[in-house]
Amino acid sequence: MSETKAPVVPDPKKPGNDLFKSITQGPGLVSVLGVIVALVIGGLLIAVTDEKVGETAAYLFARPSDFFSALWSAGTESYVALFNGSIYNSSQGFAPLLETLTVSTPLICAGLGVALAFRAGMFNIGAQGQLIIGATMAAYVGFAWHLPVVVHLLLVIVFGLLGGALWGGLVGLLKARTGAHEVILTIMFNYVALYLLDFLMNTEAFRRPGETNPISPILDANAVFPALPGSRLHLGFLMAVLLTMGVAWLLNRSTIGFEFRAVGHNPHAAQTAGVNVARSTILAMAFAGALAGAAGVAQVAGTEKVLTAGVAGSLGFDAITVALLGRSTPWGTFFAGLLFGAFRAGAVNMQITTGTPIDIVLVVQSLIVLFIAAPPLVKAIFGLNRKKKRASATESTQAGAK
Amino acid sequence: MTTTVPSKSAISVLPSKKTPIIFSVLAVIVLVSFGLLGNSQTASFSLSSAGDAFSLPDLVFPGRASNIVIGVLLAALAAYSWMLRSKGRVLPVWSVAVGAVLFVLAFLIWVVSGANINSISLASLLAGGVVLAVPLVFGSLSGVLSERSGVVNIAIEGQLLGGAFTAAIVASVTQNAFAGLIAAGLAGAVVSLVLALFSIKYLVNQIIVGVVLNVLVSGITGFLFTTVMQEDPQLYNSPVHLPTIAIPGLSAIPVIGPILFKQSVIGYLMYIAVFLVWFGLYKTRWGLRVRAVGEHPKAADTLGIKVNRTRFWNVTLGGIVAGIGGSFFTLVAIDSFTKEISGGRGFIALAAVIFGRWNPIGAFAAALLFGFADNLQVMLTIIGTPVPSQFMAMMPYLVTIFAVAGLVGRSRGPAAVGDPYVKE
Repeated sequence: MSETKAPVVPDPKKPGNDLFKSITQGPGLVSVLGVIVALVIGGLLIAVTDEKVGETAAYLFARPSDFFSALWSAGTESYVALFNGSIYNSSQGFAPLLETLTVSTPLICAGLGVALAFRAGMFNIGAQGQLIIGATMAAYVGFAWHLPVVVHLLLVIVFGLLGGALWGGLVGLLKARTGAHEVILTIMFNYVALYLLDFLMNTEAFRRPGETNPISPILDANAVFPALPGSRLHLGFLMAVLLTMGVAWLLNRSTIGFEFRAVGHNPHAAQTAGVNVARSTILAMAFAGALAGAAGVAQVAGTEKVLTAGVAGSLGFDAITVALLGRSTPWGTFFAGLLFGAFRAGAVNMQITTGTPIDIVLVVQSLIVLFIAAPPLVKAIFGLNRKKKRASATESTQAGAK
Repeated sequence: MTTTVPSKSAISVLPSKKTPIIFSVLAVIVLVSFGLLGNSQTASFSLSSAGDAFSLPDLVFPGRASNIVIGVLLAALAAYSWMLRSKGRVLPVWSVAVGAVLFVLAFLIWVVSGANINSISLASLLAGGVVLAVPLVFGSLSGVLSERSGVVNIAIEGQLLGGAFTAAIVASVTQNAFAGLIAAGLAGAVVSLVLALFSIKYLVNQIIVGVVLNVLVSGITGFLFTTVMQEDPQLYNSPVHLPTIAIPGLSAIPVIGPILFKQSVIGYLMYIAVFLVWFGLYKTRWGLRVRAVGEHPKAADTLGIKVNRTRFWNVTLGGIVAGIGGSFFTLVAIDSFTKEISGGRGFIALAAVIFGRWNPIGAFAAALLFGFADNLQVMLTIIGTPVPSQFMAMMPYLVTIFAVAGLVGRSRGPAAVGDPYVKE
């Protein structure tokens, strides 16, 4: 979002394969409006299913004010609870904010992985699988080896990144060598990783002694991120910040990053210009996988401190929405991760205080992405493209002619 | 099936080393691990089940000896394929099919003879596999319909889930399973309308829409499950089930009877749907147009075919089909709706589309294979084999990876799939 190319006017009428351009260069206003529309629809969904709203709807015409105040309070109460649980509330002060940062950490890391692959022209749906393999390797190093302080944690991180890089790089290799589509490959690799972890969790090497449930031993004290006293926030967040800076540097300042972006824009032109497209593909997927692996490290060495079969949750899929909301820029992804982390953290409080199920977060999250991906729709909702309508008619006739 | 798939997809397989190498590897695996190192006990497969008109004898194979024989046969096949390759000729398709069947047989003999109970009911293995394949078949038909017209359909999972949810709630409230079935089709259509709207009108990348739709449907159904269904499960989540119809006489034929003539309404619909989609796509003018739109939209447009309209209706039709398939979960298989009831089967259906090479019959066969593998995994757990069930569960995904990577014949989609069409 802080990129200098932001002012470039996007062309929403272009075919979807210019998605990468439209994601990276879309206007900020549409993002904000998209988030607002999604929140309003989510609020309506909460309100419509609210019991009190249903009761007052029965005498809607007799006393409409009751109905609308019930509608308003049902929708807003949930969001207030969400805010209280994610940022600030009067009893705990800003303590919930720390929880938001904790929850954001893996989202940011995995989101960066998806974003990086996007910029290289690839759709990485495999963050889930890469995260699982990364978490598995990191956790194994964390509980099976016993090493001195600092060294142990570093090795946990390295192996987590390696695991993810391996799983992602394999997809890159298959794509580069055989031309197989990375979307299909990553979806399939997700499930393979899931079952592999499920299998490992039932082996002696991974299961905690004396435990019948598939849960690993707790990681060594030396192998986990130091946490801020009184909260779950751990140094993994710093890792997320550093990785964001790293990816920003990689994409904008390094030769490899330049090649990634060149391939992402037009692989044929990149090839002609002397870029090794196959190498870029493999490297980009490996880097993307490593970032997802870092999310796995944040989970097992930070938040959870154990490995379970459900270590990935829905993180890998949330990461896609994070990257899309962040328009695939490193810092955009960072802030999108914070936003969705706040949703996640706040949703727990919301479920406790107002009984609104956590699933509403999924709804809002996916609506946000849908709206942001279709700027014309958001503009139509707010009546912003009245002027453009005439223009777009001529524009669409010219779009293919270029 | 073996003859239709290659002739329709018209993929020219250049004589590559891959197939001979795979045959050789399989021959070695069967000969050494299943045969020589295999178990000497017998494996018996029973063909008859309780309600059959007459009973067939059990098939009994001596474990080690039969696998050595099969291994030798596979080795012969491998030698044959090397020979053909050296002459620059393409391997006939029947040989691939024979190789696959031999390998599966060897695998079955190996696991069953090594298990705690050395017998398995082949009849229920097949019949159960077909039942498990029902939602996969519907899902893959949805994928075929949509992708043949050039729209990537990652949202099969969401269509199945939406169908399952709507079927449950409508069949509960109306106390009519057929109302649930129709509502499921409509729900699938609604999901695909969003896909069509965003990908065709707003030109959003089709993969993004698909991925996000899956999350959206999962969120909405999960939300309504908690806020509506769980408030009053008696009213909202106790769907009436569709009846299982056994055709008198025919359903008593061993092995085939339960598969073809003792199905739920959705099961029969499945066979009809596969035939209709195949017939429609390959034998009618409509189908020719759809395929033209998927392969070369500009050429189709030049001939006066409305590209985006065709795509719109195809995606919608696919949604209806997948929605009906989703109702299988709540109207046939399970008593009530639960969160994520489709459990990733939409993605297996997607795998079936690819493995079946975007052909309805191929997708049907692939879905059956995956359903069969799913059921085999369950039954193997019961008889207690040394093979971890997780590896069986991985099979559909691994097979798909091999298929898209071109290790077992390159699987290639319609040329224009994923590209939105903007008229010049």
